[in-house]
Amino acid sequence: MKLTPEQKLSPEEILKDLDRYRPRRKGWTWRRSIKDDDAKIGPFEYRQAAEPLKKSIPLPAAKSFGGIDPHPGCVVTSEIASGRFEDDLRRMRMVAWHGADHLMVIRTAGQSHFDGLIEGTPEGVGGVPISRKQIRATRKALDLIEDEVGRQLNFHSYISGVAGPEIAVLFAEEGVNGAHQDPQYNVLYRNVNMYRSFVDAAVAKKLMLSANILQIDGAHNANATAREAWKVMPELLVQHAINCRYSELVGMPRENIALSTVPPTAPPAPALRIDLPYAVALRQLFKDFKMRAQMNTKYMESCTREVTVTHTLNLLLSRLTSADIQSTITPDEGRNVPWHYNSVHAVNTARQALIGLDGITDMVKLNLEGELGHKSRELKERAVLFLEEILEVGGYFAAVDQGFFVDSGFYPERNGDGIKRDPAGGVASDSIVPREEDYYAPVCHHFGYNNPPIDFGDHSSPCAPIDGCSLCRPEKIIYIDELDPEDNVEKRLEKSRQYRENTFKPEAEWAGDGIVTMTMLLPVSEDMAEYGAMDIAGRMNLEDVEVINLQKMHPAEGTLVEIKGRVGFSLDPKNITIPHKEAVLSEEEIRLAVQNRPLTIVAGTVGEDEHSVGMREILDIKHGGLEGFGIDCHYLGTSVPIEKMADAAVELDADAILISTIITHNDAHRQSMRKLNQVCREKGLRDELILVAGGTQVTNEIAQEEGLDRGFGRGTKGIDVASFLIKKKDSVEKNREN
Amino acid sequence: MKREDDYRQRRSTVKNLTDEQLDHKFWGLTDQVVNPLFELARGHTSPSIERSVLLRMGFSSLEAKQIVLNCGKYGLLGKGAGHVVLRFAQKRNLPYREAGLILAEGREWDQAAALFEKEGPS
Repeated sequence: MKLTPEQKLSPEEILKDLDRYRPRRKGWTWRRSIKDDDAKIGPFEYRQAAEPLKKSIPLPAAKSFGGIDPHPGCVVTSEIASGRFEDDLRRMRMVAWHGADHLMVIRTAGQSHFDGLIEGTPEGVGGVPISRKQIRATRKALDLIEDEVGRQLNFHSYISGVAGPEIAVLFAEEGVNGAHQDPQYNVLYRNVNMYRSFVDAAVAKKLMLSANILQIDGAHNANATAREAWKVMPELLVQHAINCRYSELVGMPRENIALSTVPPTAPPAPALRIDLPYAVALRQLFKDFKMRAQMNTKYMESCTREVTVTHTLNLLLSRLTSADIQSTITPDEGRNVPWHYNSVHAVNTARQALIGLDGITDMVKLNLEGELGHKSRELKERAVLFLEEILEVGGYFAAVDQGFFVDSGFYPERNGDGIKRDPAGGVASDSIVPREEDYYAPVCHHFGYNNPPIDFGDHSSPCAPIDGCSLCRPEKIIYIDELDPEDNVEKRLEKSRQYRENTFKPEAEWAGDGIVTMTMLLPVSEDMAEYGAMDIAGRMNLEDVEVINLQKMHPAEGTLVEIKGRVGFSLDPKNITIPHKEAVLSEEEIRLAVQNRPLTIVAGTVGEDEHSVGMREILDIKHGGLEGFGIDCHYLGTSVPIEKMADAAVELDADAILISTIITHNDAHRQSMRKLNQVCREKGLRDELILVAGGTQVTNEIAQEEGLDRGFGRGTKGIDVASFLIKKKDSVEKNREN
Repeated sequence: MKREDDYRQRRSTVKNLTDEQLDHKFWGLTDQVVNPLFELARGHTSPSIERSVLLRMGFSSLEAKQIVLNCGKYGLLGKGAGHVVLRFAQKRNLPYREAGLILAEGREWDQAAALFEKEGPS
């Protein structure tokens, strides 16, 4: 099975023969960065870029730079989980085409308290139930997508909760490449018993090591949880250290251990002045570990613009310090479960900012001598004092019992609002058991005390007595397909099939969900706008309407409202008329035609319009413009009066007039077109001249409505215009002969 | 617990350290916090850990769940669930997977427990 760009990924195909599918590799992959001679992409040299993709969609502005598509050298994450993994696969393909190579699947609510593995593919809430079938299908899809884009894709989920060791086995068996693992996360945020969490974590970490799974810790959650998040910085250093050292003791090398770090503030706080000393302190203390730069989620409101600016500042911080993995958070996370296109936007925010900041530290250096150095030193001192007090009160468990963690005081200040957990309480309390002297586990990569009895024969490897464990002999893995005959992927695919194969509907999360958004300014107060917008949506027959963003522009003058709703119909491609696209002559055909019958044109931007870039692109030889085909071009400049254009055409005996018009206020573009037609008619030139208009807001329909021969909009190339002129000239002459 | 920020007084123990000494102290203290946690883990097991062993032995998650539940009931988790399956297979002279399936069905646990000198459900 192979993907081609024109074809949709078929979840049905992915699900075929899954019981026999094996991952083709295990372990984490870093991007290969490009250096020296290879680091030139288009006209530029890059200092922090990765090998380009085989297939990708460049940033929109790439158009102005020859379509180049440089990607940052760090891994870029996309967090994806709509609740239906089969729809997530298509989203993963979209984000991979934009440069994500770390696909992080969020788990369904409640899985951390599920005592065992989930099997089958039930629908999730705010995430996906992580099961063998779901993982295997996702890995299979990612294997196909990575062949398509030409970059290895890391698949990631969570090894936490009360089934950590089993999930770690599952991940190691099925080729999951990265995972969150941090026993402190269980204790503080999931109220899993603390002894159980640490005992399980050691086994899980050793299993992760067996498959070279990259670990990300959970410390960043303190930022999202603490009342005054910017004050927990000393504690965060401690949390990172506890998980890092614990992992090292189990045997994980530092290059497999990533710290999940979040800038603690966001504007309107003076964010960089607070976030930067923290970022520096982290990188000083955790030198050989990997940094996963997470974006801030705590301050995400419903304005996607505001969120994007905060995330861009987070990216500036990544470039000023360092990031091995750059996380991305969708700008709509403050509104709803992230949508497809917002996942793509988030990846592009990272790609755009990181490439824009490429090599910045070759020019700008952090000044560690002044305030920055003092502040990062202070954070480290406060963290050391925190560790001292943990030991004073009797160690980690006692400290958690006393509410040391996620207290909103700037340690040693304490506000008494930390998370307190009883060592004897929590989910799965009283569930650890001492290993007896004859404890034995006949498998590989098992952490802890193990006493193989001599009477089980061959002990050449830990799993020799059972003739190989599943990590050595994957054929021993037992694959369970589905347990629930109703709540499973096949049933869901049956329902969505018509929207994937026959008809189509708008889509935000799931195939056929029908979700659309509308943005409007209503010239009324907030309350009135909210209910007015709902009324408008109702009259437009949208269903399940919700206001997703409401922003005051002025208390009385107006309110910005964004709403979402569902459309109740679907479209049949057979009934959609796509306007015929004109066949464009080849470069050779155009050159030959111009040699046989020379063409002269006059061109300029008209109205009070100084935008000349678009017109120059159409004319200039170096942009593949009209001059390059031998067409005699007379560019008259910007803001040229229409009459002057017509006079020049007479003087030069031109075949065509090309006007460019960008400004659209009061329909200025339409007026210019109309006037060009009128002036040429009045002067008796209309039959002799081909009249063409171009501009970002110009369409062929508008131009023809205003009496011109042709309009060209966004994305037009010189060859499109040249081809039109040749064909038009042909038909004019034929008409004349007739 | 509530406390004013007394950093200025407390830092007397760290303020004269060089940056390198401070980093060293940070990791030294971390070791003291983490070492007892590591020792706790080395010497203990849990139902999830034992299920992870059975998964690696080639049992399904559903089979592993039943075997570990009974290990818990019979006080056998400290022996290791995989160990229980192997000993039982040895006693019954069966391939270990077949023996494990008998146990997963909840059968013959008294026999299995007797192999470890444990009696009836605890």
